Amino acid sequence: MKRAVELATVGQALAHDSGVLHVAGTATYIDDMREPEGLLHVAPGFAKQGAKGKLTRIDLEAVKAAPGVVAVLTAKDIPGINDCSPAMGDDPILADGEILFHGQVVFAVVAITRDAARRAARLATVEVAEEQPAVSVEDAIGFPTADILPPYGFQRGESAKAIASATHQTSESFHIGGQEHFYLEGQVSLALPDEQGGMLVLCSTQHPTEVQHIIAKMLGVMDAKVTCECRRMGGGFGGKESQAAQWAALAALAAHVTGHPAKCRLDRDDDMIMTGKRHDMRVDYQAGFDGEGVLSGVEATFLSRCGYSADLSQGVNDRTLFHADNAYFYPAFNLTSRRLRTHTVSNTAFRGFGGPQGMLFAERMMSGIAAQRGLDSLDVRLRNVYAPGRDVTPYRQQIEDNALHDLVGQLEISSNYRARRKELSAFNAKSRILKKGLALTPVKFGISFTLSHLNQAGALVHVYTDGSVSLNHGGTEMGQGLYIKVAQVVAEVFGIAVERVRITATTTGKVPNTSPTAASSGSDLNGMAAKAAADIIKARMTAQAAAIWTDDAARIVFADGHVMAGNKRMSFAELAKACHGARISLSSTGFYATPKLHWDRAKGEGRPFLYFSYGAACAETIIDTFTGEMKVNRVDILHDVGKSLNPAIDIGQIEGAFVQGMGWLTTEELVFDKTGKLRTHAPSTYKIPCASDVPEDFRVSLYESEGNREDTIYRSKAVGEPPLMLGIAVWAAIYDALASLKPGKPVPLDAPATPENIMRAVKAMLP
Amino acid sequence: MMSDAITFLRRGKPVHLRPATPTQTVLDYLRLDAKLKGTKEGCNEGDCGACTVAIGRIKTGKLVYEPANACIMLVGQLHGCDLVVVDDLARDGSLHPVQEAMVKHHASQCGFCTPGFVMSLFTLYHAGHSPTRAEIVDHIAGNLCRCTGYRPIVDAAREACNGNALDRWASAADATAKALRAIGRSDVHLAAGEGFLAIPASAQTLTALARENPDATIVSGATDVGLWVTKQMRVLPKIIHTFNVEELHRIEEADDYIRIGAAATYAEALVALSSIDPDVAEVMRRLGSVHVRAAGTIGGNIANGSPIGDSPPLLIALGATLHLRHGDEIRRMQLEDFFIAYGKQARKPGELVWHVVVPKLKHGEAFRAYKISKRFDQDISALLFAMKIEKSGTRIVNARLAMGGMAATPKRALKTETALQALSLADEKGWEAAIAALALDYQPISDMRASEVYRMETAQALLRKALLEFAGAGESRVLALREDAA
Repeated sequence: MKRAVELATVGQALAHDSGVLHVAGTATYIDDMREPEGLLHVAPGFAKQGAKGKLTRIDLEAVKAAPGVVAVLTAKDIPGINDCSPAMGDDPILADGEILFHGQVVFAVVAITRDAARRAARLATVEVAEEQPAVSVEDAIGFPTADILPPYGFQRGESAKAIASATHQTSESFHIGGQEHFYLEGQVSLALPDEQGGMLVLCSTQHPTEVQHIIAKMLGVMDAKVTCECRRMGGGFGGKESQAAQWAALAALAAHVTGHPAKCRLDRDDDMIMTGKRHDMRVDYQAGFDGEGVLSGVEATFLSRCGYSADLSQGVNDRTLFHADNAYFYPAFNLTSRRLRTHTVSNTAFRGFGGPQGMLFAERMMSGIAAQRGLDSLDVRLRNVYAPGRDVTPYRQQIEDNALHDLVGQLEISSNYRARRKELSAFNAKSRILKKGLALTPVKFGISFTLSHLNQAGALVHVYTDGSVSLNHGGTEMGQGLYIKVAQVVAEVFGIAVERVRITATTTGKVPNTSPTAASSGSDLNGMAAKAAADIIKARMTAQAAAIWTDDAARIVFADGHVMAGNKRMSFAELAKACHGARISLSSTGFYATPKLHWDRAKGEGRPFLYFSYGAACAETIIDTFTGEMKVNRVDILHDVGKSLNPAIDIGQIEGAFVQGMGWLTTEELVFDKTGKLRTHAPSTYKIPCASDVPEDFRVSLYESEGNREDTIYRSKAVGEPPLMLGIAVWAAIYDALASLKPGKPVPLDAPATPENIMRAVKAMLP
Repeated sequence: MMSDAITFLRRGKPVHLRPATPTQTVLDYLRLDAKLKGTKEGCNEGDCGACTVAIGRIKTGKLVYEPANACIMLVGQLHGCDLVVVDDLARDGSLHPVQEAMVKHHASQCGFCTPGFVMSLFTLYHAGHSPTRAEIVDHIAGNLCRCTGYRPIVDAAREACNGNALDRWASAADATAKALRAIGRSDVHLAAGEGFLAIPASAQTLTALARENPDATIVSGATDVGLWVTKQMRVLPKIIHTFNVEELHRIEEADDYIRIGAAATYAEALVALSSIDPDVAEVMRRLGSVHVRAAGTIGGNIANGSPIGDSPPLLIALGATLHLRHGDEIRRMQLEDFFIAYGKQARKPGELVWHVVVPKLKHGEAFRAYKISKRFDQDISALLFAMKIEKSGTRIVNARLAMGGMAATPKRALKTETALQALSLADEKGWEAAIAALALDYQPISDMRASEVYRMETAQALLRKALLEFAGAGESRVLALREDAA
């Protein structure tokens, strides 16, 4: 699996392409763009009271009369289809007749300033014939209406029997909280009306193609009349996959109605109230295992709060099931998922896309078995981890590239796990108030969209006659370093410096019908597509060089900004110019479709993933059993990125994802009240990790390997999502600290492990 | 002397502003009027730091740069300051040392929080010393990053902020200080919209203005008033700023007490208050962020009457006295008596919170305070516990206990205090009645920060913890172990 040749640019720890712009404040986000003449601003409005019910009165007279207001938009103003859903047709852009969650957009104010629009939006009278909403998972289970989507699951063997006949059993239930994306740049779009009913929409989105299609449908025009462009996002994390479209649609509708350019940028509180989050769940499970903690059967039901509409809930909840095994072999199992309808904002994609919830379940089960049997949780994990002969997943994909034993083994040694376990037990034995916990948890994450047709990408590469290169592809840049990685690929193909590659904004006008930048697939797909495009051009240039030198094309090498054959040499620019002179095209598209994938959802079997990404984290925590306060003392991480395209970018993804995962499971708590109102809709009440939450002792390494077994872009592996689940180690270490309070008893710990949830568990352990 | 414009420095030149409304924020001024787009809006409530700018002020004779949340800072607060924004840092294509270090350490990903971090680190670069890691993470607690996990930002800070500032601002420091002094301490009064914006430079002008305009909004750091503007969209026609009254920043330290002027920022008060007890220092360090502590004031925290303000319970437990001023008249009261009910304080129309006098610990007295929140740094307390005791041997002679987050106001636990009298610290079994008494003093509510059950049980656990610590127990905190504990 070694790379055939030494690489010049791929594998270098280059800085993010916009790094200098970021620090200088000159990286342009949509709200920073020079405002076009006559720009109007859009602010959404919603009912102050009510989560579910018919709209009985919408009085917008005061809004219309407010200073600076140009128009007030309602569903009636939409010429085409009033829907911004990714597939199911159940997300109205503007509510029509009823609302289904608190904060649903009922109207939108268009005004000459953003301030005027926001002020006017507050003057509306919107009344709702309020009905009892289903807010929590428990509400939804008992609600008379159907679930938002049919249940789904994987089943094999006689799990109930296997559990019943095992020497030991466990039966538990716990809650997993949701998570707000908290991208630092809120949702924003700028729509510019074009001639002949066209529309250019600049949108902070992970899915420009979907935004294009939704706006075309809304305006009743053909797709070709709408262009959506995104140079960069100030963070996405899944929150701008399907849920950037509504704000783009409102800007476009305002532009359509008024004929003026229009911008819609949400205030932070509106953003948090009006956009979906990670799915929160209750997991009910039982398992049977032997005295050593080896599983014989597992049954789990994931009760998932989807919100008021389907959004991406099918894919998200399917991925929960795909990862309900995390790294462990289940001999017999029944894994099911219910997709519950609630009258809350529609939950959506969030880094990991349902996987984290499945994996947290698996790890909690391991921790619980260890606690119950008085075993070290790492031993229980290692006894159940996939191994030869025990390497078929619940969806019947054979694991061909298992790195788990080696990777976990390395981390066990480098983190000094066993010795620290002893020190920690000694500490706990003599400490009354404070207890320490330690956990080492693995990550196995499947790479590919499970909706197989999304596993395709396009790119467009131009070589100019001065030897500079323009690069465009369907992937979007949200900070993850996709643009620099793909530029490194193209620079590598042409043997030129990466500075000679001009990275251009993602636009549906250049590369059409793109997939969202999601599922960690960005560099796998777009890297391959860009390489395909560059390879096509390179082949033409090679042929021309061979013609010029009457030499063998096979001898021609592109390196160091030059093209060489033996001692013959010319610059890349000279060859580009020569090609143009010989009327050879220096532009090409490139296309890639991931091979080997097949997935039969009805049967629940196939190969949904091209490969798996692996990692492991070891965390040590200390908790206060009087208050529930918790501190992370040390974290060690070893993570597999194959042969890294850019180790600096990959380390950044790993560390950032870990901290985000840790936040999900510790400080980040979404609180809805009984009426369905979100009470944590600003950073004052919703607490993502800050710098002091990251342990000072934080050791992160890339796993040394021969590279991806599959033929991915330069044998690299996807990195966006998998390391988020490394944060589970922190939660498991908290669990471990709590388990020390009463040997033999599983810990009733929910997620997130806030001080209050930790205290609830303390009380249960020390009645 | 009276001026009718706000005057501040930027890039070494004076800028004069006459805002159309007295509550225009610095961020709106930068992005909408000056068209400077480097400074970002992340949350518009002073919690994420994406809008961080550096504010240079003369403090005890020296030019000091502190970070500020431009989104909730009113333009009036720029008067007499040197404003540095991210757009100012790089010049002629060369980056500032903190910017270089950020790039080198791969400290930006999506880049949206980055200008804010750069400006926070710019102020740390000018702090005049090489910070520890703890100081670095504290300094950036008011800057949220969702991408990097902070490690590379901390590394960049470690490299760039070495106590040896060699940039344009360091070399221009004397000239800047001179220019700031030249702006002087003149009164500013300008008509704005329906009302006015006043920045009095003397106590006399301030008290007169307040007396004549009892309906005016008194603004100290705007860390709360800023949100009335950006989130509640309240129209506040008359704004009177207190920050320019030098006398009100004064902190007087006597042998047995500290007197703090109402306009002293948390940062200014922190040094003096920290000398009382390490727990006072730690609670104050965890109040807001460096940004907030550079703007918000002890006086504002009191005047505002919030049930979850962190300084009132501390000060009540210490036995602080409040001085209110109306015209030339000073009225004194025990601080706890100022808080009448939720949203209702004992401040009369036209009256100003003027001084708070905080007794130091006497021989035989001991103090403990704990802040409980979901996140350690820059979070609002679920509950705040503060207690002073007077000991004789192992016996408690007197106790003074106050809590935040447990009632509609910061409140003393009078029944518990009584139950604590004459308690033996040597006999844990004898503590139960006092611990149970907290339930008689407080009936907390459930909200998004904590449930009533958790609040009450934790309050009781904290009382036990304090008693254990007074009795000499060690290893009792996950954070900030006191050196004198154990």
